[in-house]
Amino acid sequence: MDFELVFLAVPTLAKGLWLTAILTITSVAIGFNLGLALAVMRLSKNRAMSSFAKSYSTVFRGTPLLVQLFLFYYGLGQLSFVRDNPVLWWVVGDGAHCAVMALALNTAAYTSEILRGGLMSIPAGLVEAAQACGMSQLLRFRRITFPLAIRQALPAYGNELVLVVKGTSLASTITVLEITGHAKRLMSQTYAILEIFAIAGVLYLLINLLLITLVRLLEARLTRYLPR
Amino acid sequence: MELGLWQVWEGGWISAILRGAAITIALGMASMAFGAVIGVGCGLIKWARIFPLTLAVDFYTSVVRGVPELLIIYLLFFSSVEFVARVAAAFGYEGLAGNGYAFTIAVVAIAAISGAYSTEVVRGALAAIPSGHIEAARALGIPGRRIFRRIIAPQMLRIAVPGMNNVWQTTIKDTALVSVVGLQELMRAAFVGAGSTRHPFIFYFIAALVYLAITLVSQGGFDWIERILRPRTRK
Repeated sequence: MDFELVFLAVPTLAKGLWLTAILTITSVAIGFNLGLALAVMRLSKNRAMSSFAKSYSTVFRGTPLLVQLFLFYYGLGQLSFVRDNPVLWWVVGDGAHCAVMALALNTAAYTSEILRGGLMSIPAGLVEAAQACGMSQLLRFRRITFPLAIRQALPAYGNELVLVVKGTSLASTITVLEITGHAKRLMSQTYAILEIFAIAGVLYLLINLLLITLVRLLEARLTRYLPR
Repeated sequence: MELGLWQVWEGGWISAILRGAAITIALGMASMAFGAVIGVGCGLIKWARIFPLTLAVDFYTSVVRGVPELLIIYLLFFSSVEFVARVAAAFGYEGLAGNGYAFTIAVVAIAAISGAYSTEVVRGALAAIPSGHIEAARALGIPGRRIFRRIIAPQMLRIAVPGMNNVWQTTIKDTALVSVVGLQELMRAAFVGAGSTRHPFIFYFIAALVYLAITLVSQGGFDWIERILRPRTRK
């Protein structure tokens, strides 16, 4: 292996690592909250709300992320009312902002399905007991429903986090230079395709390993009452 | 009109998009078929823990499932372009990189990705078969190959269908990524149309609808297969 190449590639790809991390964290932070709201809407008794949440998740899970990204970045950027509105243009006009929006909306759909499973797994008796104690709806959600649902959903959510990290690589198609964007550029500059792939791949594997470990630790913390 | 619906109709883009959709479906089906073969082979190895091979399979599945699909596609395309160009030059052809070649590499790339996910599905399905069934078959003196054919395979197939449905849905969505390296599938047709008419919104919107139609129809198909394979029980 060529050491000069490694010295060239590692700092460049590490620069991309930073952007990949920011993209992941921002879109997960937005997407988790949206997904939680969608999961609650999906389970609500209001017909309109639950069918909106259902069709949202069908549409976003049924189309490729790349199509969503291009539709937002190139498609919305074409419409004049988006161009004239400064707030909308701030979101759509910049590649990184647009990638965060697309990733957040996409992961919200998957998160809502995962959290819905968690919310449905809660025994009705627990909620009824909380009601009998006179807890308000919000307090009940905060103290009973949400903690139990998140504990149930955490393993599946860990997989979703890995998918978000992999999804950030698509941002490279709309001019954002994160790990994959830099890797592609280096591949066409140096022709050392396998080496660049290996370095970039190791970076991604490290991020995913870190995330999985964090999720496992959190899971162990949340289930610490269980005998080992 | 701002959206450019008329241009889409006038320019004959509808047929280009439909042709792209046909290539997307063909690519998805071919990759899924090869992926399923990889999945059954590697899943059996992982389940039975055949010693040196299981390490290789572990490496394969964790790399492919942990690294972005786009990076894998770049690796396979860029490294093969050079190789194919060299082979073609040796035989005296210039500029060979046609659609057939792109399709082949695309099938290899997507099948490798879909195979890694199928492996996990098959392994999970094999692990879900109660070990008592296999022990009972052994106790009856049924030979190993027939145990696989009569006891393991039918149960594995039934348990694996929902997981394979998920793999198929991701596979068909992953085919869109191949557009970035130039295969003329659905996403690429939309991209070309968007570029030449300067109406990207309507083109990507149509592409999204076509993908949605593909996933919804195949969802129905998988539901039907699941209903057929469900064991008959007395009411």
